[in-house]
Amino acid sequence: MLAYTLKRIGLAALVAIAVSAVAFLLLRASGDVAVALAGEGASAESVEAIRQAYGLDRPLLAQYFEWMGKTLRGDFGESLYFKTDVLALVADKMPTTAWLALFSLVFALAISLPLGILAALYPNSLVDRLCLALAVLGQALPNFFFALVLIMVFAVGLQLLPVSGSESWENFVLPSGALGYYVAPPFMRLIRAGMIEVLASDYIRTARAKGLSGASIVLKHALRNALVPVVALAAVQLGLLLGGSVVIETVFALDGLGYLAYQSISHLDLPVTQAIVTLLSFIYVGLTLAADLVNAWLDPRIRMG
Amino acid sequence: MTELTAIDLAALSGPSQRVLLRRRVLAHKGLIIGATLLALIVVLALLAPFIAPEDPYAQDLARRLIPPAWYDKGSWVHLFGTDNLGRDYLSRIIYGARISLLIGVSVMAISGVIGTSLGLTAGYYGGRTDMAVTFLIAMRLALPLILFALAVVAVIGGSLPVVVLVLGLLKWDRFAVVTRAATQQVRALEYVAAAECTGASNLRIIFSEILPNISPQLFVVATIEAASAILLEAALSFLGLGVQPPVPSWGLMIAEAKNYMFFSFWLIALPGTALAVLVLAINMVGDGIRDVTAPGGRN
Repeated sequence: MLAYTLKRIGLAALVAIAVSAVAFLLLRASGDVAVALAGEGASAESVEAIRQAYGLDRPLLAQYFEWMGKTLRGDFGESLYFKTDVLALVADKMPTTAWLALFSLVFALAISLPLGILAALYPNSLVDRLCLALAVLGQALPNFFFALVLIMVFAVGLQLLPVSGSESWENFVLPSGALGYYVAPPFMRLIRAGMIEVLASDYIRTARAKGLSGASIVLKHALRNALVPVVALAAVQLGLLLGGSVVIETVFALDGLGYLAYQSISHLDLPVTQAIVTLLSFIYVGLTLAADLVNAWLDPRIRMG
Repeated sequence: MTELTAIDLAALSGPSQRVLLRRRVLAHKGLIIGATLLALIVVLALLAPFIAPEDPYAQDLARRLIPPAWYDKGSWVHLFGTDNLGRDYLSRIIYGARISLLIGVSVMAISGVIGTSLGLTAGYYGGRTDMAVTFLIAMRLALPLILFALAVVAVIGGSLPVVVLVLGLLKWDRFAVVTRAATQQVRALEYVAAAECTGASNLRIIFSEILPNISPQLFVVATIEAASAILLEAALSFLGLGVQPPVPSWGLMIAEAKNYMFFSFWLIALPGTALAVLVLAINMVGDGIRDVTAPGGRN
């Protein structure tokens, strides 16, 4: 287990470093940032002044190593648009997005666990069809459109919840619903498929033969094993959630990392954008690493490779 | 004599694979419904100049925000009403299908070529090549897709070709993952070994033995990627960092109508529904292909 863990951590670190470099270089190589920053119709002198002020005139690799060196010391530079320290800015918005991600994941599991289990217990029943319809619809609806519909129904129509803002817990309900439903369909399908497979296995038949009650079999024996692949999916979906927060937080003007990302991208605030892209990729690498280690711990076949 | 044997064999082996496949396709309701819907949307998009009642760009401020025909104040002149600039909404929705389909098909083609080549190389050669490709895939997956696409489009400047190129160059990961796994499976089969024995070159084996045999899986991934590219373009355009006005992209139309949605809900409901129906149709086709091509037909 130790050898596997070390190997996996080393690989994750390599991926993280490589991604940060690629993201930095691609973002700067994709256009002339100085011209974009100066805006339309700017004189050649002012473009040149911006280029020098932000060190954009130096070779890309030199810029990267300087950025990486500072980043490793915890210095993410200053925001071009907000004129404050990037790290402080990101740290300030992080909790909002963390809560949103948590609520969304809880919401996604709260609808997909019971529906997935019921659909597996009664294949081709009404519940199964409802579950399939919900999953299919969730995959087809654009999440920002669904968010706007939620606003129209619950905020404008029924006046139960606020349209936008981030002051109280009520502001999190609709965004979590929109984001949670966006990531729920794969959970529904995986839980249903996993339960059907496990329920047909020999040890469930043994449990039934021992005379255990239906509920005990489903919840204690079957669900536990059907949940193993769900752990890995949760890591991937959490990454998707964090990316999707850009769209959903912008729709609801929820003042988190995603909204900050949108604002900094629209103002070409590269230090902030770079910091958020790097942070989210590190979080993703960390999550998948954790999921791999948990799975290896649960299933010896993986770590023996 | 030879003719007789041929007939006997045909009688013994039952209906051919092709006939069986056709039967499974026709028996699969989801696939038929999805394919019909998709075909309908493709025809609408291709024949847009003949079907759309008006020029989707023609503004007329004297007739702004007319509701659709089924509203009290609606009129049959504008079936889907008009938008805030007085443009005929039905015409814009019909032309919007062109943008979404163009995005779906071109992103799928670009990412398909990149992902499939990477997956085939990794799965066929294995060893260090496989390690390098696996590393590339891990890197790509670690990059937050929407965020990074938004940032790159913002730096370059948003337009249809830029969105297609950026999404195409970013979305090859699923193609690579599926192709790699499928190639590894097929690589170990006897007919590949047989081809190797006859002295076939690596390229020949890849293109005439492996690729045809993994194509069902590739078709399924292609539908998933086209659907997700369409949704991504809509999201980018909705955020103002994708296709630029006055192009009738469904995502952009929702963004433009956002300020009017409280009183004119149809302005976001119609393009939103159009997006959902198109993506639903593509997903149904994808699920259908997977069901009918999987061993044993599954259903």
